[in-house]
Amino acid sequence: MSPDADAHDRHRRLSPAPVLDLDPLIDDPGTRIVVCCGSGGVGKTTTAAALGLRAAERGRKVVVLTIDPARRLAQSMGIDSLDNVPRRVKGLDDSASGELHAMMLDMKRTFDEIVEAHADAERAAAILSNPFYQSLSAGFAGTQEYMAMEKLGQLRARDEWDLIVVDTPPSRSALDFLDAPKRLGSFLDGRLIRLLTAPAKLGGRAGMKFLNVGMSMMTGTLGKLLGGQLLKDVQTFVAAMDTTFGGFRTRADATYKLLQAPGTAFLVVAAPERDALREAAYFVERLAAERMPLAGLVLNRVHGSGADRLSAERALAAAENLEAVENLEEPRIVDQEGGKAGLRNSPDTYGSSESPASEAPAPDEGSPADPKNPSSERTEKGRSADPADRSVDQLTAGLLKLHADRMQLLSREQRTRDRFTALHPEVAVAEVAALPGDVHDLAGLRDIGNRLAAGRPELPETAVDRPDVD
Amino acid sequence: MSRLQVVSGKGGTGKTTVAAALALALATEGKRTLLVEVEGRQGIAQLFETEALPYEERKIAVAPGGGEVYALAIDPELALLDYLQMFYKLGGAGRALKKLGAIDFATTIAPGLRDVLLTGKACEAVRRKVKSGRFVYDYVVMDAPPTGRITRFLNVNDEVAGLAKIGPIHNQAQAVMRVLKSKETAVHLVTLLEEMPVQETADGIAELRAAHLPVGRIVVNMVRPEVLDGADLELVRTTPRSAVAKALSSAGLGGARRGGNAEKLVDPLVQQAEEYAERYALEHEQRSVLGELGLPLHELPLLTEGMDLAGLYELATELRKQGMS
Repeated sequence: MSPDADAHDRHRRLSPAPVLDLDPLIDDPGTRIVVCCGSGGVGKTTTAAALGLRAAERGRKVVVLTIDPARRLAQSMGIDSLDNVPRRVKGLDDSASGELHAMMLDMKRTFDEIVEAHADAERAAAILSNPFYQSLSAGFAGTQEYMAMEKLGQLRARDEWDLIVVDTPPSRSALDFLDAPKRLGSFLDGRLIRLLTAPAKLGGRAGMKFLNVGMSMMTGTLGKLLGGQLLKDVQTFVAAMDTTFGGFRTRADATYKLLQAPGTAFLVVAAPERDALREAAYFVERLAAERMPLAGLVLNRVHGSGADRLSAERALAAAENLEAVENLEEPRIVDQEGGKAGLRNSPDTYGSSESPASEAPAPDEGSPADPKNPSSERTEKGRSADPADRSVDQLTAGLLKLHADRMQLLSREQRTRDRFTALHPEVAVAEVAALPGDVHDLAGLRDIGNRLAAGRPELPETAVDRPDVD
Repeated sequence: MSRLQVVSGKGGTGKTTVAAALALALATEGKRTLLVEVEGRQGIAQLFETEALPYEERKIAVAPGGGEVYALAIDPELALLDYLQMFYKLGGAGRALKKLGAIDFATTIAPGLRDVLLTGKACEAVRRKVKSGRFVYDYVVMDAPPTGRITRFLNVNDEVAGLAKIGPIHNQAQAVMRVLKSKETAVHLVTLLEEMPVQETADGIAELRAAHLPVGRIVVNMVRPEVLDGADLELVRTTPRSAVAKALSSAGLGGARRGGNAEKLVDPLVQQAEEYAERYALEHEQRSVLGELGLPLHELPLLTEGMDLAGLYELATELRKQGMS
């Protein structure tokens, strides 16, 4: 067990990871592609959309390529139709004269377009009506990855945008997305495709007799396995692929190189949960192995607390204390602050509950309440009457328990993060504070963008003094 | 009780955890379950705190009461060779196919075939019997692909049967579909009480039903305990902050005066309560959306200490208590 797993040792910190500063990255005209990758359910698409919006409002001409956005998120950007074409997003602050375009990847459409672009009409029609092609292109697992790469290459080649933000498919594993171009490329170069496509070619060449025998055995086997019609379909399809997709290998290689180029930045997106961060660590290692430029880690849904100096343990003890008061009708004081406790009803408190409530809080008397929240002053509750006091005690105990939960969550998140940082101290991290609700509109995305750029969750000043601050 | 229990869910909802807990829960009274992983993530090995699983059924846990849980991580490539061997005795030819890249082709370039192999292997385990005629596994639990792909994944054999209109592949595909569309199978969806996973669950159920696949239950995972109820939250809005400050002070957390330590706690604590209130309202809304789907609903608690082996047994007990096994 690693030492940082000690639940009680929450004050000890590893040296913090460097902060990922996203504004310089998206402002830099040299940054042309930002790829957001990570496991499913960590807010990858939202991060991509929020970054795209932020970059556009800071003056860049951006296109966001999303793969499979939640409907509400897509609608928030005004793209609810799957038409595979970048659409201009309206409602932006365009004072910096930037633009935001967004599109959703339609796999089948993208596949069809490649065929149409690279084959003459007759051949294209033959491919498009091939049952094997139809089944493959409609998007079994895997096709998405190829098509996302293909679309990225296309968008980049059009050179209409100066920044492309890509959301990656929710892959089974990190490998699929990076491997897609290579895998297809090596398949097209492989021997199987020769075998399937060129029995005639092989036959005539000297020294190929052995292969030819092997080949017919193979086609025989495949025929037996697949059924004659399907084998013919596969052969037709593969032959068509080979001739029309001649350029695919070249393009796949080019896209791969594009991803390695200095103008590309990878962002690994995660949430402070064990599985998501494990996957993130894997992505980081994988990107390094492929020499892909990693900008840093975006850690979504990080929780904070404005009162993080009040530990879970103390909050629970205090809550118990309040509940004990309730039961005994007698204040029992756990004095952990040396004399600061036990101020209930003491004359020097400013407690406005003692004074008649009024619509307009007097500047001196009502002031402990949040001035932004005058409604808390309007109530008649909280007078010295016992039942009200008791319900306040109960409520306060509830607030403290809620806080204890929050603090436990915080320390759990911190431990998971520390584990990642211990493994990859070099990776810069941008933390995004958790939102209580979901994002539905541009304002929500903008909010996330602000949080992204802040790099650390912005929290109000903490309250209770603690001598041992880091 | 269906013998093939398929567990799907949006990414991040903990479907692997739920599948593992279900496999444990079903392995009561000397029963034997097989937990199948199809996505090559080794999530099961991590959950059970064992080394990576090979392509081989091995015992990974003993359930309370003497039942056994076996696990299998299906490797598509090996599954294909297995399949070739089983149906066509093609050991050597299989290796030759591999050299030629045909196996790569089958398992990666034509990923539909991979799904055929994965579902085929799971169904084979469901149907497998020992000599006495008894089933080898009482239940097979599959940690399946996420909700967005589950229908296509389970339905792949229909598509294949349409492509290969005759021959052994056609027959095999139809045999698999017969299992998947029968009462022998139940597809469960795991969700969280959040908008996106709930929406995806609703969409997933509609798709499964349209494809005539048997939908089982909804499992709401990581449900947070209710610390404050609606009345408490109302009270937060109406109680003067100074009163809260005094209560905090009386509990030993510093002075209630302005600037006092207890007083300084009030704003952040109330803010946390407001965030909680927002989430509380949202969760209620999502719970009622789920309620309208007309399926049995199960809830599993969020484990505050994070997920570990002990937690897994806890969830299994919970599932058993709720009658899911």
